[in-house]
Amino acid sequence: MPDTPLDRIRNFSIIAHIDHGKSTLADRLIQTTGAVTAREMKEQLLDNMEIERERGITIKAQTVRLNYQAKDGQIYTLNLMDTPGHVDFAYEVSRSLAACEGSLLVVDASQGVEAQTLANVYQALDANHEIVPVLNKVDLPAAEPERVKQQIEDVIGLDASEAVEISAKTGLNIEGVLEAIVTRLPAPKGDPAATTKALLVDSWYDAYLGVVVLVRVKDGHLRKGQKIRMMSNGAAHTIEQVGVFTPKMAAVESLGPGEMGYVTAAIKTVADTNVGDTITDDRHPAAEPLPGFKPSIPVVWCGLYPVDADDFEKLRESLGKLRLNDSSFHYEAETSAALGFGYRCGFLGLLHLEIVQERLSREFDLDLIATAPSVVYKLTKTSGEKMDLHNPADMPDGSLIEAIEEPWIKATIMVPDDYLGAVLTLCNERRGQQVELTYVGSRAMAVYRLPLNEVVFDFYDRLKSVSRGYASFDYAMDGYEPGDLVKISILVNNEPVDALSFMAHRSAADRRGRAICEKLKELIPRQLFKIPIQAAIGGRVIARETISALSKDVTAKCYGGDITRKRKLLEKQKEGKKRMRQFGKVEIPQSAFIAALKMDA
Amino acid sequence: MTEPLALYIHWPFCAAKCPYCDFNSHVRERIDQPRWRDALRRELAREAGRANGATGRRPLASIFFGGGTPSLMEPETVAALIADARALFEAPEDVEITLEANPTSVEAAKLAAFRAAGVNRLSLGVQSLEPEALRFLGRRHDVAQAIAALEAARALFPRLSFDLIYARPGQAEAAWRAELRRALALAADHLSLYQLTIEPGTRFATEYGRGAFRLPEEEEAARLYAATAEEAAGFGLQPYEVSNYAKPGAESRHNLVYWRYGDYLGIGPGAHQRLGLGGALLAARRHRAPEEWLARVEREGHAVTEELALDPEERAREALLMGLRLAEGIDPARLLARSGRTLAEAVDPAMLAACLEEGYLAWTEPGSGTGRLVATEEGRLRLDAMLPVLLR
Repeated sequence: MPDTPLDRIRNFSIIAHIDHGKSTLADRLIQTTGAVTAREMKEQLLDNMEIERERGITIKAQTVRLNYQAKDGQIYTLNLMDTPGHVDFAYEVSRSLAACEGSLLVVDASQGVEAQTLANVYQALDANHEIVPVLNKVDLPAAEPERVKQQIEDVIGLDASEAVEISAKTGLNIEGVLEAIVTRLPAPKGDPAATTKALLVDSWYDAYLGVVVLVRVKDGHLRKGQKIRMMSNGAAHTIEQVGVFTPKMAAVESLGPGEMGYVTAAIKTVADTNVGDTITDDRHPAAEPLPGFKPSIPVVWCGLYPVDADDFEKLRESLGKLRLNDSSFHYEAETSAALGFGYRCGFLGLLHLEIVQERLSREFDLDLIATAPSVVYKLTKTSGEKMDLHNPADMPDGSLIEAIEEPWIKATIMVPDDYLGAVLTLCNERRGQQVELTYVGSRAMAVYRLPLNEVVFDFYDRLKSVSRGYASFDYAMDGYEPGDLVKISILVNNEPVDALSFMAHRSAADRRGRAICEKLKELIPRQLFKIPIQAAIGGRVIARETISALSKDVTAKCYGGDITRKRKLLEKQKEGKKRMRQFGKVEIPQSAFIAALKMDA
Repeated sequence: MTEPLALYIHWPFCAAKCPYCDFNSHVRERIDQPRWRDALRRELAREAGRANGATGRRPLASIFFGGGTPSLMEPETVAALIADARALFEAPEDVEITLEANPTSVEAAKLAAFRAAGVNRLSLGVQSLEPEALRFLGRRHDVAQAIAALEAARALFPRLSFDLIYARPGQAEAAWRAELRRALALAADHLSLYQLTIEPGTRFATEYGRGAFRLPEEEEAARLYAATAEEAAGFGLQPYEVSNYAKPGAESRHNLVYWRYGDYLGIGPGAHQRLGLGGALLAARRHRAPEEWLARVEREGHAVTEELALDPEERAREALLMGLRLAEGIDPARLLARSGRTLAEAVDPAMLAACLEEGYLAWTEPGSGTGRLVATEEGRLRLDAMLPVLLR
């Protein structure tokens, strides 16, 4: 099979805020070009995972190859790249975008530009994309296409005069979108005679095929039987199958320059296939890899523990299975006096954390407790030694620390004017530094620099509540800066509870220490002895509560017959104590810690 | 030395079921008294035979007729069982023989007959001296009948005890103190004073569950408990067990056998038994349903449904959970002899130290290593919370 001529190929992605119609438009494009029969059609064709469908988000990148006969009479191959749409997957998004030459910017004609739209547009511009604005839902009564076009020009600086006005839901003007792709987006470039260079866009595990690798060929070819090499780690594999997604997998002889598709090569785990890597020919390797490769680094960490200690083995197996398909999350065993055996897990961000947790409970039927999420701090010890800290429990004694740096983010928040004051107050409370504040009609766009550790601590929830759900939020990592950070330990009956310790800025330490002590006082039932609960920085107590001893608990009547019953009850209570955690002479039900951690989230 | 034996005889019938009671009691229109008499005697004879074995008649510590309402028994049944027990075991003339009675006029009329049958200690279920409380508790007697029964009993029996239930819904401390003082003035040498407890499966459990009434909060209950001890002390009665108060020497010998974890036989439906035989300690229970119990005894001579040898851990737990209810506490030597476990083996040493430090437990002879381990008043007040962490 000959290569598709480069000028007949268009590779594009769709940029949109959640709910602005990305998946519906993709479904419509697939349908219109006849890639799927009406019988096969189901909503959100590209979002395979249950969680993806439910939340309307894309976690794994996917492509679909569409054949379209344009008005010029020629048949074009259009490769639609469906990219992950969340900041947690910013790097994955950048690699998906690097596989395309252009993007459709889909904006809801009544809602307008959102924070997430912006972040993705900037990424597309970084990837040198040609961008075609598409106004969706123009059929709705609330649609204001002219205002939104103006907004696109004002906020993004894109010419929106030729924006394509559509309704993905009703199918209105889908042809217009297809024509714009052909006429306004550039064709890919590439050299069929050069040595093979293909971008590894994403990969996932398939029980039958092993790892399926999503690729965009830049130069040369990928063929069945070819021995390929991963340039980041030198690993070599022999290609078993080359193919394209129609969206079903369809094998082809080879993939040439400008083309997108998949290869399988008996690769056992996705950890062997790094997103952004360059695939080359093993015998005639390229001299230089494609630019932009970065190994994935977790940004947020937390402990995951089974509620039922007997589930530890199941958790271990489940994490292993999950990692088969998601090499971006990391895990290592850890033990907690309060929660037992579990794992310290690292994630690309908060959404990623939530997704993994949800998949563990849903797909593997595990009941889990998560400790408070922590960011990665860079520590310099007085000895000059440097270390990364992602678990407050590993924090060295304060006297050994020279300096601590914490990660910052650049956050873009779009919010209706009415709630702006509350949002600014929230950002200021969280040590935010205002970078920019602009208005687009009645909506304000605030750009803030914020320490990430202030964001992982209930920032989303607070933002949602102060803006009644109207604020949209997105962020990008923005480097490390020194911070006056302290580790706050929580002591129950004078013993530290590792799972509850956390890092905070010194200015917030008292308030947050007090809050958690008060919370525990409510949650821990009174018992035989009084229980002091303290929050401390090093040896200095910053908050204290006391749970008083219970004042009366004795069976009134106990005679001969009752002995057996009373003993059995006693034995049952002792059995129940296995689910308790001992803190000196005091035993705290695990449920109290779980509740404390849940309230934190 | 052969362990003296306490004998419990259960009469499972009541005229009506009280809403707070979860004892094995049943209401029947007709009871075949002679048949029940024969069956109780038969089971007693069989069990005595086992208990005595080849060693001869064992010493008898006490007899207790409980229920149900044993004052509904025919006095000749009581007389026959007492006579049997005296013949089967080695019993001193003044062996304690207690019978539980309700203070209705019908039962009060039988008191002389019970005395004649050999009963020398009466335990009256007075429960309250407040008319409204008696109605709430579903009692079939009034205050005047209660006082009349007490006076009659005092004239007839050398020893007298009665029960009161307090910490009732809405009961103020001052009111309880006044009621208790009136009770104490009625000159019993022994009182059982129970805080109202909601037992699963009772009518009160249903009513309480749907919020029909409320009980005093924990702190209030603790205050009422302290007030109780104070008032009892004013009349020379000491709390020798969590809910039992007596003048010195007037303690219930029968119940002390339970709390000291001695041997006891339990005859009648649902009765429990602890019997040391050939080095083993056997725990037995009998069928609870009256008719089934009767049928089995008539068929097989006994209605034991389950008999298990307790292991040393179980014995130590039982000995401690009973013994720590007593003001006299636990004698480590007796614990070892009875259970095969030393005190050090039976309790968690760290928790023991913590409870001693907190003042919940104390040694009678600190430092000598020979004394008894007692739960202090503060400790007894929290015994149910202490036992699961203290015992191993």
